[in-house]
Amino acid sequence: MSSNFGSIPLRYRVSIDREQCMECGRCIDNCSYGVFRRDGDRILINSRKCTACHRCLAYCPRDAIMLEEHPCDYRSHPVWNRQVREAIYNQARTGKIILAGMGSVANLPVIFDHLMLDACQVTTPPTDPLREPVELRTYLGKKPSRLDFRRNSNGDVELSTELAPNLMVETPILLGHMSYGAISLNAQVSMARAAKETGTYMGTGEGGLHPGLYPYQDRMIVQVASGRFGVNIDYLERGAAIEVKLGQGAKPGIGGHLTGEKVSKDVSRTRMIPQGSDAISPAPHHDIYGIEDLPQLVRSIKEATGWKKPVFAKVAAVNNTAENVAAVARASVDAIAIDGFRGGTGAAPRVFRDHVGIPIEVAIASADRELRKQGLRNEVSLIACGSIRESADVVKAIALGADAVYIGTAALAAMGCRVCGNCYQGLCPWGIATQRDDLVQRLNPDVASKQVANLIHAWTMEVTELMGAAGINSIESLRGNRDRLRGFMLDEGLLNVLDVKPVGA
Amino acid sequence: MVKPVTIDAKGMHYTPLNQQIRKAVEDGASEVIVENVLGQRFIGDGLRGDATIHIHGVAGGDLAMFMSGPTVIVHGNAEHAPGNTMDSGKVVIHGSAGDAVAHSMRGGKVFVRGDIGYRGGIHMKQYETQRPILVVGGSAQTFLGEYMAGGLLVVLGLDGVMKAREIGSGIHGGEIIIRGDVGDSCLAAGAKKVSLTDADRARIAPVLREFAGDFGLDPEPLVSADYTRIVPASARPFAGKYTWE
Repeated sequence: MSSNFGSIPLRYRVSIDREQCMECGRCIDNCSYGVFRRDGDRILINSRKCTACHRCLAYCPRDAIMLEEHPCDYRSHPVWNRQVREAIYNQARTGKIILAGMGSVANLPVIFDHLMLDACQVTTPPTDPLREPVELRTYLGKKPSRLDFRRNSNGDVELSTELAPNLMVETPILLGHMSYGAISLNAQVSMARAAKETGTYMGTGEGGLHPGLYPYQDRMIVQVASGRFGVNIDYLERGAAIEVKLGQGAKPGIGGHLTGEKVSKDVSRTRMIPQGSDAISPAPHHDIYGIEDLPQLVRSIKEATGWKKPVFAKVAAVNNTAENVAAVARASVDAIAIDGFRGGTGAAPRVFRDHVGIPIEVAIASADRELRKQGLRNEVSLIACGSIRESADVVKAIALGADAVYIGTAALAAMGCRVCGNCYQGLCPWGIATQRDDLVQRLNPDVASKQVANLIHAWTMEVTELMGAAGINSIESLRGNRDRLRGFMLDEGLLNVLDVKPVGA
Repeated sequence: MVKPVTIDAKGMHYTPLNQQIRKAVEDGASEVIVENVLGQRFIGDGLRGDATIHIHGVAGGDLAMFMSGPTVIVHGNAEHAPGNTMDSGKVVIHGSAGDAVAHSMRGGKVFVRGDIGYRGGIHMKQYETQRPILVVGGSAQTFLGEYMAGGLLVVLGLDGVMKAREIGSGIHGGEIIIRGDVGDSCLAAGAKKVSLTDADRARIAPVLREFAGDFGLDPEPLVSADYTRIVPASARPFAGKYTWE
């Protein structure tokens, strides 16, 4: 039965400058959504299919293609805006949950943008990173509260404190978890090579570890999610660290699933599930029904791998993140990733993506404060993630209490992603969020890995410069250093939660 | 032939216990006998090889988790989640076991002579030749086979009435076979009953014979008994739930 709505207005309008166009057809070849088609010697356009992925613009040799947003306005209304109305039309027509991709599009202020970093002037001179070392090397994992020493039989002093395994990263920027299935193998390989080149680590996501990533396994953090996809003893032993996924910033409190259409032969082999079946990750782990069960899972993983690898846990940023993190810190976990509500995703119910969770800035600050209050801060490292967009965000997140950050969407953008938000369609024309062979081939891992490595290099240099300007020569001196932050146009309540002074104070 | 290795677990923490078991298997022991087990968790966790481990006492949680290959025989009860995310091998429990038995198990067998707790066989999954099998001699509690994604789960109800309700909640793969009738009200959303065909019966008969052999039971009454077969209504339970933005 057809609906009463007819067509909703176009989101984008694509047009071609016919003076410039030479009818070469590259737009047709490049658009996986089918916007362009040839009719005789003329290229026709169906703007309704456009997702603003920009692939056609990027590959038009004549810059002949133009793309506009919102060419047709609804009656302007501050409350019943376009998104609200279109969601209603969609659900009135289908009766279903709306699925959305990438991070939240909710029009809320970004706290990072209201935090200003400090710099030194004359009372304390800045550090010049060109001639003075600025230490960015970070160790993720448990640190001892104190060190004990003893003399051995030769009379030499040696350490008697047993140190927990840590991950050594050369930059506080890690590549976050994006699974094979959600993204292509070429995208994963590109990031893995970049991780190796830059001395950092990359998360596998919950999709298992494809043999194509084995050469980089010493830079991989393998994930154990509730679906336990691809998890066996071989998988656990291959990873440099293991992360238990408890939640995700884009969809706190719910599980996830990769739709059967995307469970291709290769994805099914890697996830160890039948081809074409839904890959369901339920909301809880079925062996974690309370906080007392988490150490059971963490210890079983450590026991299976001989207590040689750090075990991380990832939680979504929610109201009681501080309590959650303190509880997780007591659960034999070595590092906790906190994923803010703007975190990216291949697919999430729109209502969760845009309305559930709290900003990472608040979550990391309150978790850091609670851990310090409880004397647990040394027990775990904190990794901030979910909308880290630039090097300034990295520095601000660390100043708010993180040890390091995970980046996700930024790494995808470094490979070409235009953040069009249609990952769930599986048609990503950039070869990133797709499993279609011809599209996957568009992403050259030699080139893309260099781009991701360049981004990490560039941000790492900027972090160094920002630290030098603030007179800080080691990342450990930046961690939790709220004195280097000032809130600009933030209310007193939020400043209190962040534990940051206002500008001028 | 290497002699069986005997380990006295009395008062021992699970880590040194597991280290001793692992070393014995690596040194070539085909049989390891562990005495005085009293709730130590993670026994056989991540263990590889083809040795047989005899547990005398009560095994703690997550017995044989991530295990790949060996056989573990528990001459007593086991706590929750034996066979958790197990890859291959076999776990035989002569007593009863706790909740989440065979959770996310992806291969091998778990045989429990007695009862199991809640969420038995939860999220068991199969892949190519990897097809996990859980057989329960006694009863199972509610949420049996929840989110089951593959494999075979059999409940024989040898000691009385099967108690499970909400059977197969969210099931999208595999099959649950229960001796006797199961009321429609005991099935959860996503599960449906189908009749057991002769081919099905022939398929499960070797499993029942193996189970009976492990516990010294007469297999023939089990092989010829009436069963209810429960399977997913769909391999794509979420296929119709979502629309695109």
